[in-house]
Amino acid sequence: MRPSPLAGAFVLPERPTRKTGMTPDLHCSALTKRFGDTTAVDNVSFSVPPGSFFSILGPSGCGKTTIMRMIAGFLEPSDGDIQIKGKSVLNVPPNKRPVNMVFQHLALFPMMNIEENIGYGLRRAGLPKGEITTKVGEALERIGLPGIGKRKVDELSGGQKQRVAIARCMVLEPDVLLLDEPLGALDLKLRERMKVELKSLQAAFDTTFVYITHDQSEALVMSDNIAVMNEGRFEQMGSARDLYYRPDTAFVAGFVGDSNRWQGRVTRIEGGHVEVQSETGLTLRGASHGRALQAGDMAQAFVRPEAIRIAHGADELASFDTTITGQVTSLLFNGAASRVLVQGEAGHEAIEVNLPQSGEFANLAKGDTVHIGWSSDQANVFAAGGL
Amino acid sequence: MRREAKLGLALLLTPLALWLSLLIFIPHIDLFLVSLRERVGVGKYELSFANYLTFFNEPLYLWTFMRTAVMSILATMLTLLIAFPVSYYIAKMVKGRMQAALFLLCLVPFWVSELVRTFGWMILLRETGIISNVLQYAGLASGPVEMLYNDAAIMVGLVYTSMLFMVVPLVTTLESLSDEVVEAGYDLGGNGVSVLREIIIPHAMPGIVSGCIVVFMLCLGNYLTPTMLGGKESLWFTELIYSQFIVRFNWELGAAFGFMLLILSSLIVWGMLRLTGQSLEKTMG
Repeated sequence: MRPSPLAGAFVLPERPTRKTGMTPDLHCSALTKRFGDTTAVDNVSFSVPPGSFFSILGPSGCGKTTIMRMIAGFLEPSDGDIQIKGKSVLNVPPNKRPVNMVFQHLALFPMMNIEENIGYGLRRAGLPKGEITTKVGEALERIGLPGIGKRKVDELSGGQKQRVAIARCMVLEPDVLLLDEPLGALDLKLRERMKVELKSLQAAFDTTFVYITHDQSEALVMSDNIAVMNEGRFEQMGSARDLYYRPDTAFVAGFVGDSNRWQGRVTRIEGGHVEVQSETGLTLRGASHGRALQAGDMAQAFVRPEAIRIAHGADELASFDTTITGQVTSLLFNGAASRVLVQGEAGHEAIEVNLPQSGEFANLAKGDTVHIGWSSDQANVFAAGGL
Repeated sequence: MRREAKLGLALLLTPLALWLSLLIFIPHIDLFLVSLRERVGVGKYELSFANYLTFFNEPLYLWTFMRTAVMSILATMLTLLIAFPVSYYIAKMVKGRMQAALFLLCLVPFWVSELVRTFGWMILLRETGIISNVLQYAGLASGPVEMLYNDAAIMVGLVYTSMLFMVVPLVTTLESLSDEVVEAGYDLGGNGVSVLREIIIPHAMPGIVSGCIVVFMLCLGNYLTPTMLGGKESLWFTELIYSQFIVRFNWELGAAFGFMLLILSSLIVWGMLRLTGQSLEKTMG
């Protein structure tokens, strides 16, 4: 529904985002795909505003690739609609859709050199030769690899191939660029660098990117918006920050980032604060953040290792409503991301805690007694059975 | 240790060396020497090119030679045209058990001898054969139709005999083409024809070339099919060689014919490789 010009004046101040009045580049409504009896994608709806970086994050087999292939046109949806710039593309074959795809294994054409690879789409569009040469040159310049046009595909490094694959799509100026886990084949160091590079390429080309991945750090670092997908459904859609700090479901809490996880029973509710008695005998306090929970319900509680404060003395944790005293059972050194496992005196399982790198725990050893605690806002409690 | 390794290598190479020398080099050198001698009297021979001159001076020989070459090239192209879609279907369109089953179906005819397979075609094509009878029964022909003993029958037989040798290399190369690459071809705006021309065929080129070489050689050197399915007018060059060796007992001329065939096939294969810009290493390695 488009507000009338007059109404727009009143609406605008309340919604100061750039989405106002713009048709989304990509809009999927009630998208469903069934293969025989299994539903790979179940009633998924989302919109991607122009120029943004949208990620679909989920474990393998959750249906994210199916969504991608439906948008690209390689699969026909069983139900629902896909609109690109406001126009339905359901009956448009893949070669006529204003979307291009960067494939998982890049799918550069090995029988062509780099120039021919990038120029392929332009040749298919019937552009004159001179124009193709100019555009290919510009694209190579843009991805920072001028002068490699005559090389063969297998002479390039993994990162270079990556950039060529993106350039090959971008010369066609698609409305939406789809990326199907393109960093999966790269080694760890290169993957870290490509994350930053992809984000800056997206800014340089100013095109809408839809990115699918099972690697949460790729999604968290690059995306404006992320949808977490599980078993064919979107569990939650939001910014990286939302997903991380305010997961809507137990699945999101467990899938995005690391968490200590307890299964237990709700013993008390006070405002938004919930007290949970875990099956292993730990009493902890967390927040329900508006989720319906009642005393006596089975519940799951998630606390991130980095949300737990560790201290030498109990008095330092006075402000926290869950505190535990215990022994260090294990030191997991991993540079900046080092952690300790703390075994509480009550006998429940060890809790993973991030180790501050400011020096006061540099001499921490196995068997030392420490105090840990967290504020209930940092612990997310969900009704069990949601998993 | 080094000596043992050397001994091992020598032992491993022995069968190959024996095979090459006993079955390839020695017979060919001998054949070549035979082709270069002329019988001047009883048991008396002289070194000369007379046999080769006979070949070039007799129009029937030259004509049969050219006919065999052209028909073989034609049969190779026909085989390629038929085998390519079949191979593409087997390699890319079906998966798993179906793929194995279809591949096996291509192989099954080769479990019986070529002779039996050719007889199969004769049963189908002869005057009193199945096709002739069906045509008469359907009222499409007024009398018995003879479809044997002409060039078309030879062509059918050759293509049928060669099919497997084209399908195998094509399936192998097409299987190595990833689906992603084909999809990328469509995704970037290609249609069926341009994806086939720019992506699938260039990728399959090594398979196409090696399949064509094998099929061409098989056609050129085929004896059974042209003899059984071809008529009096449908002479094949191998028939000439056979008749020189066995019927005329003229080994000298027969040997010269054999060498002409070797030169012809080498020239055509070389030309084909040059034409398609492929090299033997690329297609065979």
